[in-house]
Amino acid sequence: MNQNIYRKRVFTNRIGLTLSMLAMAMGLFVLLWIMFILFKNGFQALDYNLFFKSTPAPGSAGGGLANAIVGSLMLVGFATLISTPIGILAGIYLAEYGDHSKTAEVTRFMTDIMLSAPSIVLGLFVYAIMVAQFKHFSGWAGTVALSLIAIPVVLRTTENMLRLVPGSLREAAFALGAPRWKVATMVTLRAAKSGVVTGLLLALARISGETAPLLFTALNNQFFSLDMNAPMSNLPVVIFQFALSPYEDWVRLAWGGALLITLTVLVLNILARVFFRDKISA
Amino acid sequence: MTEPQQQPAKTAIQIRNLNFYYGKFQGLKNINLDIVEHMVTAFIGPSGCGKSTLLRALNRMYSLYPGQRAEGEINFYGQNILAPEQDLNLLRARIGMVFQKPTPFPMSIYDNIAFGVRLYENLSKGEMDERVEWALTKTALWNEAKDKLNQSGLALSGGQQQRLCIARSVAVKPSVILLDEPTSALDPISTAKIEELVHELKSEYTVAIVTHNMQQAARVSDFTAYMYIGEMVEYGKTDQLFIKPQKQETEDYITGRFG
Repeated sequence: MNQNIYRKRVFTNRIGLTLSMLAMAMGLFVLLWIMFILFKNGFQALDYNLFFKSTPAPGSAGGGLANAIVGSLMLVGFATLISTPIGILAGIYLAEYGDHSKTAEVTRFMTDIMLSAPSIVLGLFVYAIMVAQFKHFSGWAGTVALSLIAIPVVLRTTENMLRLVPGSLREAAFALGAPRWKVATMVTLRAAKSGVVTGLLLALARISGETAPLLFTALNNQFFSLDMNAPMSNLPVVIFQFALSPYEDWVRLAWGGALLITLTVLVLNILARVFFRDKISA
Repeated sequence: MTEPQQQPAKTAIQIRNLNFYYGKFQGLKNINLDIVEHMVTAFIGPSGCGKSTLLRALNRMYSLYPGQRAEGEINFYGQNILAPEQDLNLLRARIGMVFQKPTPFPMSIYDNIAFGVRLYENLSKGEMDERVEWALTKTALWNEAKDKLNQSGLALSGGQQQRLCIARSVAVKPSVILLDEPTSALDPISTAKIEELVHELKSEYTVAIVTHNMQQAARVSDFTAYMYIGEMVEYGKTDQLFIKPQKQETEDYITGRFG
């Protein structure tokens, strides 16, 4: 054995290890820093009022984020209801039907563009086709904007997860005389279930923190409202407006909202991981 | 080895001038062969000789993949299944297939079997229960599985999973069952069970089996076809082919002097 080559390899190994440890430490440090600041500033805002009172008028004390929390839940909820069936069905089409057809290739290409499109562009688009046409901001416009962001995420994860299902399973179902739609829905989609659910949760996490598309669509509402045809309050826009305001109470509420969103996204990500881990072990 | 019965043999599948192409590559060259009803026909030969390709032509499995095509005739009780108007789902319900690796569906043992049955039959709950029990009994899995019918098929051992897959095929009551190296991923005991099963099956089904294992072909089949690089080298009764092969290539292969 050549001692020189061996020593060189040990040396290279050490450099590689050190560099990757450094990178990890930097990433982790920033993340922990963000969490620390969020908790420090936001934790005191987490009280009864935050969940049960609406956003206060300028200058007045107290108040909470009830209208924004409910608004966010409704916007994200409706967006999920819209984007889940579209994303999953289109994903099934790409993986099980389209394969390498022209339509599938074009769909895939468009989806990739949508995936990387800045969310503010999607917000402006919905502003142009909905808000400008109907002359008012609305919860529905916000829902559409969020759906446009979620659909490509759901679509691509569904497709990728279906592609991970071994071809032998597909063939086995076909071998019993099952038509393609039964194979897709009863066998492959079922086999890819946890992966698809993971995709849904990640899409949910993504849209629950989006601000830019909502600024142009749902805007904000100072009052508690369940009317999807009217402007609707939501956490990201409230945070955006309150954090930049001169009022101390508003800034405090913004921190509380930020902590709330972060915790939600964190929980969604953890859920996604748990789902995916189950898939691996099964 | 079993003696072929003395009644006049009826042909289930008649293959005539079959050529098969993977794109430009020709996988099968002018195959002619009769698969006899209620008999076990084995296909042997080295890897890549086209035996699986031939099997996958019999239920048109290749049609799932663009670029693969067959020319010639495969007559299944007189009907050419290579005809473009052939309904593939119906064909596959009549010609079942079991694969090399066990492929239980991600559902309960019960539903694994009911899945195929539900496609073509409308059974009551009671009738379906009976059918599931019948299929599992037929594949000698009933005693091991009867208490866990609601558990996932993935919870079974490899050998049990493969018998579940055979039960799944049997349950739809096809006329022909194709077995593509059904024991190559299994231990010897599971293999023995499946070989026994093949014996049982031929009273009601016509069986075609691809195997890498020549002893297995000798043990389970009535007829054997030896294939090499896409061609049918020799085809005949299993006892004759193994005891007194007509061709030198066949003899070289079955005695292990090949290559």
